Amino acid sequence: MRPIRVVIAKAGMDGHDRGAKVVARVLRDAGFEVIYTGLYQTPESIVATALQEDADAVGISVLSAAHKHVFSETAREMRQQGLDDVILFGGGIIPPGDVEWLEQQGVRRLFLPGTSGPEIVAWLQQAVSAQRASGSGG
Amino acid sequence: MEGPEEHSSLAALLDRALAGDGRSAARLMTLLESDVDATPAIMSRIYPLAGHAQVIGVTGPPGAGKSSLVDKLAAAFRAQGKTVGIVAVDPSSPFTGGALLGDRIRMQGRFSDPGVFIRSMASRGQPGGLAKASQNVVALMAATGKDTVIIETVGVGQEEIDVVRVADTTVVVLVPGLGDAVQTMKAGLLEAADVFAVNKADYEGAERLVKDLELMLHLGSSGSAWSPPIVKTIATEGSGVDQLVGSLAGHFDYLQGSGEYLKRRRRAAVAEIDGVLRGQLMSAIARRVPAFDVYASQVAERKCDPYTAADRILRESGLTAEGLG
Repeated sequence: MRPIRVVIAKAGMDGHDRGAKVVARVLRDAGFEVIYTGLYQTPESIVATALQEDADAVGISVLSAAHKHVFSETAREMRQQGLDDVILFGGGIIPPGDVEWLEQQGVRRLFLPGTSGPEIVAWLQQAVSAQRASGSGG
Repeated sequence: MEGPEEHSSLAALLDRALAGDGRSAARLMTLLESDVDATPAIMSRIYPLAGHAQVIGVTGPPGAGKSSLVDKLAAAFRAQGKTVGIVAVDPSSPFTGGALLGDRIRMQGRFSDPGVFIRSMASRGQPGGLAKASQNVVALMAATGKDTVIIETVGVGQEEIDVVRVADTTVVVLVPGLGDAVQTMKAGLLEAADVFAVNKADYEGAERLVKDLELMLHLGSSGSAWSPPIVKTIATEGSGVDQLVGSLAGHFDYLQGSGEYLKRRRRAAVAEIDGVLRGQLMSAIARRVPAFDVYASQVAERKCDPYTAADRILRESGLTAEGLG
């Protein structure tokens, strides 16, 4: 199987990139190709990156309390650009009460503080292989 | 890719990519990276369309500022009204196969510009500073209408200079503090330069590095009518970038005016055919000689040497050593 390609991004005015870097490193060590965008991305720039990189998945880390805006706008932009088959996931400081709403917006999975690296790896591997199997030429 | 259905879907993907659809182009790049069966059909369609772009290689040691410089170059080309493709290569782990592709971090100003297409590539075990499919991805960017394609290598040491076979013009980015004058006299990387960028030119030792490079160029007798200009840059501030763009244009004019362009294209063509032939020969042999693994084990156990093994494999494949010689 060709390597899984994942975009890891930080959005908006949020400089706390330690979690994103840890996840990027964990995925790298699990054999993924991680495209790391760095800080201060917009939903538009994240989706443009995912499109050009032909990513299987996009992970966004939000610790600025702007998670509702960031995830819903990114999900909307992904649909608009035809990236319905790209898996959107994320993590950060997100109140458990917001999780259901965010999932309704199109976020496939949110990893809250305390999640282990192997848990993220295993979920992504499973989600991407299911997506590739259901996709057209994936 | 086999069968008429896949074939027609590939043709449709090519149609859409050549009509300007970015997602289709991105999909094709993935196929070029990972699907050896689809690659010939893609290349035969795009290759004739890929000749017009100026291809600029940017190479140099890790941390020299290649990505920052590529970002500023892209901005400068955009200001001239040119569209830009960027192929940015970072290393894959030889242990896990994973990669952290971080060149985009320095290119954030370009993300939302529809006139710029950036593709990060992992080297996937290919030595030489590029990924195996990098050259084909460059061709695809050119074929889909990018006026300028910039290819950024992994951070290189002294010898990984495959980029010269892909690029029309190669920029070697150096920074002060990496060694004395003798370093500039060694073979390899520095010989690859059509243009030098001495980046971080505000750091101590930049003048010294420029002097060392000048001496190195002065001592040389390449016989070429082109002497690589040395441009001081501070990529993070954009300083020196206009001069660098001027030097690149100067080199491109030189290539076309001197006939060197065709000579280089011919050399590159030989290398390209060579690479494809090797790949095809190896897969033909692998198909015809199921015992390849057995030979590998014998060599590993020193029951057989690699030359004898190769000879037997060739005979068994029907492509005999005599036949090839």
